[in-house]
Amino acid sequence: MVCWGRRAMAELLRVEGLAKRFGGIVATDDLTLGIPEGELHAVIGPNGAGKTTFIAQLSGQLVPDSGRINFGGNDITSVSMPSRSLLGLARSFQITSLFLDLSVLDNVALAVQAHAGHSFHFWRNARREPELRDPARAALARVGLSARADLPASALSHGEHRQLELAMALASRPRMLLLDEPMAGLGPEESARMVSMLRDLKKELTILLVEHDMEAVFALADRITVLVYGRVIASGKPEDIRNNAQVRDAYLGEQEAVHG
Amino acid sequence: MTLFIEQCLNGLQFGLLLFLLAAGLTLVLGIMDLVNLAHGSLYMLGAYFAATFAAWTGSFVFGAVLALGATLLVGMAVEVIVMRRLYGRDHLDHVLATFGLILFFDELVRLIWGAGGMSLPLPSWLNTSVRILPGVDYSAYKLSIIVVSLGVAAFLYFLVMRTRLGMLIRAGASNREMVGALGVNIKLLFTLVFGLGAALAGLAGLMQAPILTVQIGMGENILILAFVITVIGGMGSIRGAFVAAILVGFIDTLGRAYFTDLLRLTFSKETAATAAPALSSMLIYLLMAIVLIIRPEGLFPANSK
Amino acid sequence: MIPTLNLRTVVGLLLLLALLLLPLYVELTGSRFLLTLFTRIVILALAAVSLNLLLGYGGMMSFGHAAYLGIGGYAVGILAFEGITSGFVQWPVALLVSAFFAFVIGALSLRTRGIYFIMITLAFAQMAYYIVAGLARYGGDDGLTIQKRSQFIAPINLSNKVQFYYICLALLCAAIYLVWRIVNSRFGMAIQGARSNDMRMRAIGFPTYRYQLICFVIAGTLCGLAGALLANHTDFVSPAMMYWTRSGDLIIMVVLGGMGSTFGPLFGAVALLVLEEVLSGITEYWQIILGPLLLLVVLFARGGIDGLLGKARHG
Repeated sequence: MVCWGRRAMAELLRVEGLAKRFGGIVATDDLTLGIPEGELHAVIGPNGAGKTTFIAQLSGQLVPDSGRINFGGNDITSVSMPSRSLLGLARSFQITSLFLDLSVLDNVALAVQAHAGHSFHFWRNARREPELRDPARAALARVGLSARADLPASALSHGEHRQLELAMALASRPRMLLLDEPMAGLGPEESARMVSMLRDLKKELTILLVEHDMEAVFALADRITVLVYGRVIASGKPEDIRNNAQVRDAYLGEQEAVHG
Repeated sequence: MTLFIEQCLNGLQFGLLLFLLAAGLTLVLGIMDLVNLAHGSLYMLGAYFAATFAAWTGSFVFGAVLALGATLLVGMAVEVIVMRRLYGRDHLDHVLATFGLILFFDELVRLIWGAGGMSLPLPSWLNTSVRILPGVDYSAYKLSIIVVSLGVAAFLYFLVMRTRLGMLIRAGASNREMVGALGVNIKLLFTLVFGLGAALAGLAGLMQAPILTVQIGMGENILILAFVITVIGGMGSIRGAFVAAILVGFIDTLGRAYFTDLLRLTFSKETAATAAPALSSMLIYLLMAIVLIIRPEGLFPANSK
Repeated sequence: MIPTLNLRTVVGLLLLLALLLLPLYVELTGSRFLLTLFTRIVILALAAVSLNLLLGYGGMMSFGHAAYLGIGGYAVGILAFEGITSGFVQWPVALLVSAFFAFVIGALSLRTRGIYFIMITLAFAQMAYYIVAGLARYGGDDGLTIQKRSQFIAPINLSNKVQFYYICLALLCAAIYLVWRIVNSRFGMAIQGARSNDMRMRAIGFPTYRYQLICFVIAGTLCGLAGALLANHTDFVSPAMMYWTRSGDLIIMVVLGGMGSTFGPLFGAVALLVLEEVLSGITEYWQIILGPLLLLVVLFARGGIDGLLGKARHG
């Protein structure tokens, strides 16, 4: 049985002292964070705060200069990107990163295939394998893209690309999702749809959500961490963050000014 | 010992020649992000122009100068007609298109000059030896190649480090978009840079003509070496090209000279003679492979990302 | 299982049919030379099919693919020189040696990307060229004559030109089919995904390096087979077979025909070599047209012949 109160035991992701510089720029500065299983943890901060760099280090795209990353009890700091995905850590990209010359269904089927054992099968037509196609269709149905399954991915609108990103992340049946600005560029209707989708997902997965859309963040997050210049300046429940003076000055004040 | 000094000078001379060729290549690659396989064709044209103009005018130097100008013009024409349509495209497109140019130029040369190749004889005042050290005589012409090349290298250094054009070149090598944003006439800059590269290639071609070769396909043979140097030195870095070229020049020359002797210890004369160049070439490729594995940006990378 | 019947497929199949009937035509018209030409076309089409797998579907721009033509060819040549003329030994050796070199070269080259990958595959091919040119015993620069073609058991006789042609054609058809199956399999999807977006592939859990390496080996091995066939066809091998410009010729075939399509490499090989024959009959400087032609294809008809056929449908 999992006790939500005892964080140390139920932490799915634990980051300690993560640091990363690019030449003279400090992208991540002594970042320490713990996320218990089942939580939706939002990471917010002004542009340039190092949020995407953080996700890149978590997923394995970038190697941190120092620090440790622990996932599900395993130290994954030096584990390769494909292996992290196989351990159950899935990621969506801020700037759409899809297989544009393949069909929408092919895109998701690849995500399924990655987790269906090795791919040294040279003969059977992969597009006719129900073990690959059925879960792919299910993931597409989940995000509402079933009707577009056979179109080339390049034919989709931006909003549909964001949905496809999510479908691919889900198709790999992860334990934890790293979502990098899933609402980027979405209109109000599409955003609302994405929020309700994420609310559903919360019940089955642990989620780390990087977002600028404050409404979505405060609607979904169990806890929030605020990043400025790569450092954590505050971390805690949404109400605490909203009332934190430092955070207001650094970030939320800006946001309120913008949203009036 | 004197033989060793002579071989070292040969290595230096060959290395400097390679530098001239590689400098143009690395500039174009670094600034315009353009893979130009036809760079060797410009090298070939330099040699053919020089042989032709020298024969017409009766003067080696005059012929060389005219050849340089002609190659520069051809280079700029190629840039305007072909290269402009390739910027921003996939490197694969560059490789294919410039490979097409190689085919075109090889045939064009065959059409104009015939398949037999040409020769460029040295004028008598260059066809002597110079006593550089007590007991060591070295070819005056090869010495002049060294001198001219070093001069060009110095000129390039001055150009890149101390002039406005050079500043734009350096900026372009590390950040192309910025240069455009600075409101500089990019089209003109690119044409000039490409022209400069062409002139350097032509100079290398015409200088080696009297001592090596003037024939179709000579560009293809040496192009690979130029690319290898570019990779080892770092794309877009002239300094890297200089160091890498000297290195490769030494390895190649000394390798050919001494591997033959080394191999002859165990193998037959014939085997050694054919195997030695193979070994020294392999050594260079091995070096490139090592650099690519340990430090893929090259020894002196141009962009410090 | 049946490929969709569009114009591209129909033309491809018709072409194969025409190739099947060619010896009949030769018999009727007596133009023996056509048989020689088309045997060469079929063999190089096989090489192009292998490169298409690597480049067209896999997105790996290897500029050293002709090396395997040479490796396969020299395996046959060297063994024949040393007195081993049995095809049952020569051909498997050709395949194994090609596979081995492809593995080593691929393992090292695939650690690089983009222009570096192009350069390093080029360099390795040149290394192979220099090694072979440095083998004095086997002719060096001048090449090696093959006195006797690969011997198999009767009634197979490679010296019979018609028989040899059909063997090559059969192998070509088998290769086209094999590549078609591979490309649509899980392995093929992994390769295509890696071509489309390598980063994303790794992010979703594919260790792309190993799949690309195996693709490299398959392509190299298939090309080695083409090399063994070529050696038998010309009764001669020389380092020139593997000079880097020959790799360029193969790339032209693949691009001209249409990268990443089933019949593209066949279209490309036929188009290029027939063009070569026709144009060289008009002028000995035909390559002067080929160069700019390639340029134009790259700039305006990137999908090659196959692409044009695909568009023709939608007119």
